[in-house]
Amino acid sequence: MSEPILSVRGLVKSFGGLVATDHVDVDVYPGEIHALIGPNGAGKTTLIAQLCGELSHDAGTIALDGKTIDGVSVADRVHLGLARSFQITCLLPTYTVLENVALAVQIRQGHSFRFWKPVRSDTALLARAHAHLARVGLADRADALVANIAHGERKQLELAVALASEPRLLLLDEPMAGLGPVESAEMIEILAGLKSHASMLLVEHDMDAVFALADRISVLVYGRVIASGTPEEIRASEEVKAAYLGEGDELGAEDLVC
Amino acid sequence: MNKTVKIVLLVLLAAFLLALPYLAEYAGGRAFTSLATRALIYGIAAASLNLALGYGGMISFGHAAFFGIGGYVVGILAYHHGTGEAFLGFIPGSNQLLVTIPVAILVSGIFAAIIGALSLRTSGVQFIMITLAFAQMVFFLFVSLETYGGDDGLIIRRTNEFFGLNLRDRTTMYYLCLGMAALVLFAIWRIVRSRFGFALVGIRQSERRMAAIGLDTYRYKLVGFIISGIGAGIAGALMANFLRFASPDMLAWTKSGELMIMVILGGVGTLFGPFIGAAVFIFLESVLASWTPNWQFPLGIILLFVVLFTHGGVQGLIERLGGKRE
Ligand SMILES: Nc1ncnc2c1ncn2[C@@H]1O[C@H](COP(=O)(O)OP(=O)(O)OP(=O)(O)O)[C@@H](O)[C@H]1O
Ligand SMILES: [Mg+2]
Repeated sequence: MSEPILSVRGLVKSFGGLVATDHVDVDVYPGEIHALIGPNGAGKTTLIAQLCGELSHDAGTIALDGKTIDGVSVADRVHLGLARSFQITCLLPTYTVLENVALAVQIRQGHSFRFWKPVRSDTALLARAHAHLARVGLADRADALVANIAHGERKQLELAVALASEPRLLLLDEPMAGLGPVESAEMIEILAGLKSHASMLLVEHDMDAVFALADRISVLVYGRVIASGTPEEIRASEEVKAAYLGEGDELGAEDLVC
Repeated sequence: MNKTVKIVLLVLLAAFLLALPYLAEYAGGRAFTSLATRALIYGIAAASLNLALGYGGMISFGHAAFFGIGGYVVGILAYHHGTGEAFLGFIPGSNQLLVTIPVAILVSGIFAAIIGALSLRTSGVQFIMITLAFAQMVFFLFVSLETYGGDDGLIIRRTNEFFGLNLRDRTTMYYLCLGMAALVLFAIWRIVRSRFGFALVGIRQSERRMAAIGLDTYRYKLVGFIISGIGAGIAGALMANFLRFASPDMLAWTKSGELMIMVILGGVGTLFGPFIGAAVFIFLESVLASWTPNWQFPLGIILLFVVLFTHGGVQGLIERLGGKRE
């Protein structure tokens, strides 16, 4: 097997007395979708926040392509090929759908210390942004203001913005949360189509999505990985059933603009 | 407002501003030209503040520092030009506008870089307080400089020279300031629409999002802050030439507040707003001051009204009257 693109070892993060990440080991291999499941409050979002650099961890290491990225800033990690989507969408409300993506394309192209040429007449830039919107099925909403679009569209836009950074590893925090059945099915199809472009760490409550997409699944409970394996192994595991799958799952998550 | 209406309005505005000194003279109110000059200078300062405050979301309560530094650059260079002694023993004085303005740009830029680099480590209320604190430090620094007049300020005997123009003449000075205001407005217009401005306005909306798509937000905010400080410095340099006086007044925290009020009056994050706000402020100040010595009180009430009811200052009001949505 090839080298993992993401390799997490012994990661620990506590908030006061609460251990939100408890010696977590996770690997994501190239071309793989690794799903991370677990009940509410298990520490999934906290883990993503550490992977993308928003939160610093107390112990352990995070390596990208075998090189540690501990202490590397959020922005620099993006340039190393990491992009994330937010569970609670975090978009630019006074920009249009297209502009949200175009900004990510612009940053991907290099520094933004260009002070004179109008960016909105940069047709090459906008065309690239349009292409990313088309990939998530939002092309016809390009000119809508983000403040005015629907929840499902926000979720799609979160993905398009992440794609615009052209990441090698996507960290997706509940991309289907709050989507209807039709939208969810669309999102599953989109993600399946992206598999050849980027590896993914997929946090998701929707078990149909997880079992349809994942190559590997890790189960997080109270900050600890209690099981990790193929979907079949996870489905068969008594421990997982007891800890998680048995209880009512698919809890919808709240959604706000941050 | 559609495009043609906008262009027609702009042309009318330009024609009015160009004719203003003559109209003022015709109407017998030559003081009006001076009032308009002050409005233009404050407009430059407010528009620059607005780049940081309105577009970049950096609520600086310390822009008087840069305004005053621009003024003192002109004053100190003129002082050394007069005495013939070099500043710090090696920087000769000057009375050439083509020297003093670039020096004002440089010095206010350096101060903005230092103050910005430290202040931008914080955000929110802390940022407001720390910019205020730095501006107060600059204020007391200049108050303590007895050579340059200390408390009393520095009188500039002769205004700067600029291509043989007589800048003591009110009309000439007005046109100089009008030209500078147009230049600054044009520069800000370009910057806001550039890649840099696109990112800067993004940072105002969500710094978290901008970091998540790979932007080192600190550096961009800092550069925005420096450009903003430089604009205020240019305004200060013009004001010192206009008043032939540089004083701690220009550095006072109340001046920072006035600049903020102009931005809010005219419309935060709008292009023309700060100029409109400055004009309204200067006009109200002179009218209200002729009625009552406590002119700040009615001004406060007007400001309250603007903030509560116009949603985007005077420019926002005009746009809504013009039928533009949002
Ligand atoms: N900044 C913080 N300070 C203190 N506690 C926090 C902080 N962020 C998260 N927590 C706590 O850490 C635990 C893990 O939270 P986290 O958001 O990572 O869970 P999650 O698995 O993403 O849950 P969900 O499925 O609801 O999204 C929770 O108990 C939460 O209250
Ligand atoms: Mg979460």
